[in-house]
Amino acid sequence: MARRTLIRACVLFCMAAGWGLPVSVWAKGGGPLAQVAPGVYVRPGAVQDATATNDDAIANIGFIIGHDAVAVIDPGGSAGDGAWLRARIKATTGLPIRYLIYTHVHPDHVLGAVAFADDHPVVVAHARFAAAWGERGAFYRQGLARILGGDLAQAGAKAGDALPPTEAVDTAADVDLGGRILHVAAYGAAHTDSDLTVYDGQTRTLWAGDLLFQGRIPALDGSLTGWLAVLGQLMALPAVRVVPGHGPAQLPWPAGAADEERYLTTLARDIRTLLKNGGDIDAAAATVARSERGRWKLFDAYNGRNAITAFKQLEWEDPS
Amino acid sequence: MKSRLFALVLLSILTAPLFARAEDPAADAARWQDLRQTLFAAHTLTPAKGQIALDAPDRALDAALVPVTLTLDPKLALKALYLVVDNNPAPLVGTFHFGPAAVPAQVKTRIRVDAYTHMHAVAETTDGRWFVTERYIKAAGGCSAPATKDAALAMERLGQMRLKMVADGPAGLPKGAVTAQLLISHPNYNGMQMDQVTRNYTPARFVRDITVKSGAALVFQLEADISLSEDPAITFSYRPQGPLAITVRDSTDATFSHTFPGDDKG
Repeated sequence: MARRTLIRACVLFCMAAGWGLPVSVWAKGGGPLAQVAPGVYVRPGAVQDATATNDDAIANIGFIIGHDAVAVIDPGGSAGDGAWLRARIKATTGLPIRYLIYTHVHPDHVLGAVAFADDHPVVVAHARFAAAWGERGAFYRQGLARILGGDLAQAGAKAGDALPPTEAVDTAADVDLGGRILHVAAYGAAHTDSDLTVYDGQTRTLWAGDLLFQGRIPALDGSLTGWLAVLGQLMALPAVRVVPGHGPAQLPWPAGAADEERYLTTLARDIRTLLKNGGDIDAAAATVARSERGRWKLFDAYNGRNAITAFKQLEWEDPS
Repeated sequence: MKSRLFALVLLSILTAPLFARAEDPAADAARWQDLRQTLFAAHTLTPAKGQIALDAPDRALDAALVPVTLTLDPKLALKALYLVVDNNPAPLVGTFHFGPAAVPAQVKTRIRVDAYTHMHAVAETTDGRWFVTERYIKAAGGCSAPATKDAALAMERLGQMRLKMVADGPAGLPKGAVTAQLLISHPNYNGMQMDQVTRNYTPARFVRDITVKSGAALVFQLEADISLSEDPAITFSYRPQGPLAITVRDSTDATFSHTFPGDDKG
């Protein structure tokens, strides 16, 4: 069996090498694939922004195997990242890849989907995903193409693309992998306005996507108050472990929410204070949540932007 | 005006590089020459020396919301103010036409920035002089797209307004002038967003016109476009002459009006 898997992996490696795609057991940017629970595999992403070197393999991506089929949860940050993940799946199981699930609209999670086009998967996403991708997809692909470099056609192909969703989730849906049912839940605006989570009841594993960051500073691109509310809901789930969107392959749950909850709460508190004192949005970027500096990687790259997004939301609250 | 807008959009489609290089001074200069010709052909633009200043972050932290501040010499009798973001799909962000109740010492707003780009502010005085100033802005990285943050909320709150009096207004305001910030809830959809499933474009719906009057006197009228941020925000100074009446018209001709008792000195 192991021998057969090895042969299959070799064949795939040669095929992939022939296409010029990066395939090794180590992802270009992130750590190696980890089995965090029976049948649940996660590749932690590099704690960096996208570069030509890391091939945008910066998000936690992976898959869950049932009796009959495989579901990919976030297919990766580029065509190469997606191809790497697909090769790892093929080296792990002979079962068909029947589902792609997008946790949200960000490019580091979905641009690898092109690598799965030949599997003709059911593509499960938030009901808001298609419109959000319409608004952002071209911008994301051009941005990553610029980073990955090379000539235009090459860079565009390397950047990848999302496959269009075929199943839009309004509130909840089940994904049946045969003997294993994944519960998909969709939320109002939080990290983005197209967030969904996957819960595997069999192993009590919550796949949180970017609703949970650990180590890397959370990036707010939706609603701060919405995110705090959703985090509260997730903490009430009977999960014993969580797969964050960025950070280690797994964390204990709900203990793993503590850092993010503290950061988001601090951000909200500081901005409400700034608003009360008549401060403007220009000041927010430089002044709020400074106590969190040193506790997060990439703090300087994202805290200012989080402040702007949060300020824009909270300035509409009635003064308390 | 409509044909000029069309010409601008066409110009930007024809000339904007598909994969904009990070910095290309020659291309940037050529683009501004094209825009200047299209927008201000008949006028000589004098580089500003203190008449007008344009402030924005060097790097856009959030491409969807870049705060910009236009500071003007309060002694200048200002007729209009133009804000141009050279590499945006619709480069002319907005034109402020000032009325008798305006104190055009400083104007702040928030805009979308698509790429590494020059920005230009052009001031037109009542005696026919034109001044220009420019600044360069680097785009944000990663997942910062010039897009809607919360589409559901944007529609739910459509047309609502807030007025906040600003205690720390710009320096050099004449006696009796006050500063206020106007917030308007509106998604400002640019109509370039294609739904991947339906292959339909989200219809454009953006704020076209904001008219602000104090009593019977005009403070300003802003002709706006798709480059204003979602939920447009404008900070301005004026001489209160009665309640502050706001009328907003969007590209679907929906009109939203609100009158704030205002007049208090904050």
